[in-house]
Amino acid sequence: MAEYPIIEHDVLVIGAGGAGLRAAIEASATGVSVGLVCKSLLGKAHTVMAEGGIAAALANVDDRDNWKVHFSDTMRGGQYLNNWRMAELHAQEAPARVRELEAWGAVFDRTSDGRILQRNFGGHRYPRLAHVGDRTGLEMIRTLQDHGIHQGIDVHMECTVVTLLKDGERVAGAFAYEREKGRFKVFKAKSIVLATGGIGRAYKITSNSWEYTGDGHALGYYAGAELIDMEFIQFHPTGMVWPPSVRGILVTEGVRGEGGILTNKDGKRFMFDEIPDAYKAQTADSPEEGWRYCQGDKNARRPPELLTRDHVARCIVREIKAGRGTPHGGVYLDIAWLKDKVPNSVEHIKKKLPSMYHQFKQLADIDITREPMEVGPTTHYIMGGVRVDSDTQMSRVPGLFAAGECAAGINGANRLGGNSLSDLIVFGKRAGEFAAKFAKENSNMRINPDQIEEAARTALAPFERGAKTGASEPGPYPIQQELQEMMQDLVGIVRREDEMVRALEGIQKLWERAKKVGVYGNREYNPGWHTALDLTNLLTSAEAVTRSAIERKESRGAQFREDYLNKDAALGKVNIVLRRAADGSMEVRREPIPQIRPDLQQIIEEMK
Amino acid sequence: MNKATFRIWRSDGTTGKFVDYETEVSEGMVVLDAIHQIQAAQANDLACRWNCKAGKCGSCSAEVNGMPKLMCMTRLNDLPLDKPVTVEPIKAFPLLKDLVTDVSWNFRVKKKIKPFKPRAPDAPDGTWRMAQEDIDRVQEFRKCIECFLCQDVCHVLRDHQLHEQFIGPRFLVHVAALEMHPLDTENRLPELKDAQGIGYCNITKCCTKVCPEHITITDNAIIPLKERVVDEFYDPLAKLLRKLKPMTNDAPAGVKR
Repeated sequence: MAEYPIIEHDVLVIGAGGAGLRAAIEASATGVSVGLVCKSLLGKAHTVMAEGGIAAALANVDDRDNWKVHFSDTMRGGQYLNNWRMAELHAQEAPARVRELEAWGAVFDRTSDGRILQRNFGGHRYPRLAHVGDRTGLEMIRTLQDHGIHQGIDVHMECTVVTLLKDGERVAGAFAYEREKGRFKVFKAKSIVLATGGIGRAYKITSNSWEYTGDGHALGYYAGAELIDMEFIQFHPTGMVWPPSVRGILVTEGVRGEGGILTNKDGKRFMFDEIPDAYKAQTADSPEEGWRYCQGDKNARRPPELLTRDHVARCIVREIKAGRGTPHGGVYLDIAWLKDKVPNSVEHIKKKLPSMYHQFKQLADIDITREPMEVGPTTHYIMGGVRVDSDTQMSRVPGLFAAGECAAGINGANRLGGNSLSDLIVFGKRAGEFAAKFAKENSNMRINPDQIEEAARTALAPFERGAKTGASEPGPYPIQQELQEMMQDLVGIVRREDEMVRALEGIQKLWERAKKVGVYGNREYNPGWHTALDLTNLLTSAEAVTRSAIERKESRGAQFREDYLNKDAALGKVNIVLRRAADGSMEVRREPIPQIRPDLQQIIEEMK
Repeated sequence: MNKATFRIWRSDGTTGKFVDYETEVSEGMVVLDAIHQIQAAQANDLACRWNCKAGKCGSCSAEVNGMPKLMCMTRLNDLPLDKPVTVEPIKAFPLLKDLVTDVSWNFRVKKKIKPFKPRAPDAPDGTWRMAQEDIDRVQEFRKCIECFLCQDVCHVLRDHQLHEQFIGPRFLVHVAALEMHPLDTENRLPELKDAQGIGYCNITKCCTKVCPEHITITDNAIIPLKERVVDEFYDPLAKLLRKLKPMTNDAPAGVKR
C-alpha cells in the first residue's frame, strides 16, 4: 500500500477566493491551525474578476440607507426564495466587514468628505456598492491575501482536492494532488470549509475561468451534504460577444451604474418597454429621470437598465431573437453618449471604468468613450449550492462547512450585483469562526486507508486507460466541450421540459464516456489529466442543475421556462433540494421555506 | 481558414526543445486561444497557466516572440504570422514544465515585507478619512495583478540572478503602495536600503515597459523610494534638521515620512 504524506490541520479551507481567504483568516485568528488549499496561485482566484463593488449599507452617500433596506432589496431580488435569516445577517454584518477591509489596507474610492464612496447598482434602492474604479474584486482579494499571509496559515498552492474523506458521518480530511508533480497529498482535519466558487465551466459561454468546475458542489454532494436552489443560474446580461475569443467575458454592471444605456439595432432604449410590476414604483418613467438618478439626484428613480439581472438578460434575449440585435448577435451598451451630458466625458469614463476601457480597446479594438459595445448574456454565477445552516454555515455533514458561491441560501432565485463580494466576507468569516469552534470542540478523526487507496486508484485510472493502445475515449476535451454546448443549448436562459430531459440523457451518455477516458503523458503538470478528473464534478453539477430545473415547473427569478411562463404560488414557497440516495442516484425533493419571522416580514412590507 | 505555426518550448524542467505546432487562426484570436487549441487537439499535456483570459489575474505570463506578455492579451493580428510565433516561459524563475515556472520565490519575498499598520481611526465610529487625491497614486500601485512580467524582464533578476539581494520591481511597487498609504505608520526604509536592495535598480525602465496595467513603476514607485532612502540615510543636512526638529505622523497625514 502506498504511503502518502499526511498533512494535519484543525481546519482545512478548500478554495482561496474571497470567501476561502476570509474563512482561513477568521479561523486562524482563534488560534487553531489552518490549511488553505487552492487550485491556482494565491491571489488569482476568480474573485479578481469582480468589478462592481461590495454591497453594504454604510449610508455614506445616501443616509436613507440602512440594513433593513438592503435586506428588503435582497429578498425582493431573490423572489423571496432566499434563506431570510442569511439575508438578515448579511445586511447587518456587511458594513462591519467592509470597514474591516479598510483596516487591513484596502483603498476604496472616496466621497468628497473622505469616506468610502458607494455606487448605484441593479436592484439596490440606494447607492450601496463600495468600490475601487472597476477592480473591486482585485482589491478585496489582494487585501485579504496580504493580511492572510501574516496570520500563520499554511497555503498549499496549485493543489486540487479530488475527494473528501470521512470517518462515519463526520468529515475527516481530503485527498488531493498537486499540479506541479502530480503527487498525492492527504489532508487530515477536524473541520473543512468548502469555498470553491461556481460551475460556469459547464456552459459554453461563460465569464468563469477554468477552475470553476463545481468542485465544492460535487465534493459536498458525495460527502452527504444537500444541494439547494441548483436550478438558479445567473446569466449576466452583459458579456462581450465579439470577437469569438472573448465571448462571455464580463462587462460590469457598473457601466450601467455610471449611466450606460442599452439599445437595439434601431437605437431604441428597449428596457423602457417592459418594467415588472414589482419594480414599477422604483423605476424611472423617462430617460431624463434615469440620467438624473445616475448623477445622484435623490428624488429621481433608477433607470430600467438597473433592474435585476434576470429581467435585463431576458429583455436582451427577446430583442436578439426578434431580429433587433447587433451584427454579432448582441445588443448595444452605450456609455459614449455621456459626451452630450458631461464635459470631459472621455476622462470621466476612463477614470471610473478603466479596466472596461482597457479590455475593449485591447481585445476588441473599441474605444468605449466613442462607440457603443456589443453585449449579450453570459453564464456568470450560480445561486444554488451546498445547503448550510444560516448562522454557522455548516452543512448537514458534521464538520463540513461551505461559504461563498458554492454555498446557497442568501440569494434565492436571483442575486443582486454587489451581494456576492459582501456574501464572501460576511459568510466567509462566519464559516471560519464556526469551523474553528467545531475543531476546538471535537476530537480527531481517523483517516481510512481504504478510502485513500480507492481515491488514488480512481485518480490514476485515466493514465492506465490511456496506456492501452486504442483507448476508446482519447482525451477529456471533447467530452467537456460537448457538455458545455449541451448545457448552453438545452438548460440555458430559456428552458423547456423536453429539452432538459434530453440534456439528462445526454449527461448520462457523457458519464459513460467519462468513465472510459484515457490520458497520456506523465503526472507532472498535465492539464489533460486534470481535466479528465474535473469531468466528475462538471457532470455532477450539470445533472444537479438540470434535475432541479425540471422539478421547478414555473418561471421565477433567474429560471425562465417557455412551457411554464408564470409564477406558481405553491412553488414560490419551496426550495428544490437534492441529496445522494443510498443507491447512488440523485434524489430531488421540494422543501417548504421556513416561515419568515414576523418582524422581518414587516420590514419587507414597509419597503415595498 | 488560415493557419499559423506556433513554436512552443516543451520541457520537463531539465532538458527541453522547441516544437512546432500548426493551428487554425481566426479573427480576434489571442495567443492563449492558440495554446488552448493545440492543447485540446495535439498536445493534451502541454502545461500552461491561465485563469481569467481577460488580463486581470496575471496567470498567463510568457515570452511571445521574445517579449514578456500576457498570452490572453496578445492579439494574433499584432504578430507577424508568416513566420512561426515563438512562445516560451518567463526566464527569471526556474522552469517546472513547458510554459510553467516556479514563481514561489515571489510569495516568500512578500511575506518578509512589513505589512500594513494603520494609525488610530479618525472618527468615533472606528473609520478613517482619506481624500481621493491622496490615494490616486496608491491606487495606481494596487492595480498590480502580480503577473511578474516586470520581475521577468529586470536584468538584476533575469540576468544576474540576484534573488537573494533584490526584491524586484513588483515588490518595490508593493512597498511604495504601503509607504505612500495615508494611513500606514510603518517605516520600511532600512530594509529597502539593505536586504531589499533598492540600490541595485539602475533605472533602465524595462519593467515599466512591460507592465500590462501600465503602472509607471520606475518613475512613480522606485524613484520616489530611492529619494526617501537617500534623504533618510545619505543627506547630512536632512539628518541635522531631523535632530533639531523631529517630525510626527499624526492624522490627517500630509506628506508621509
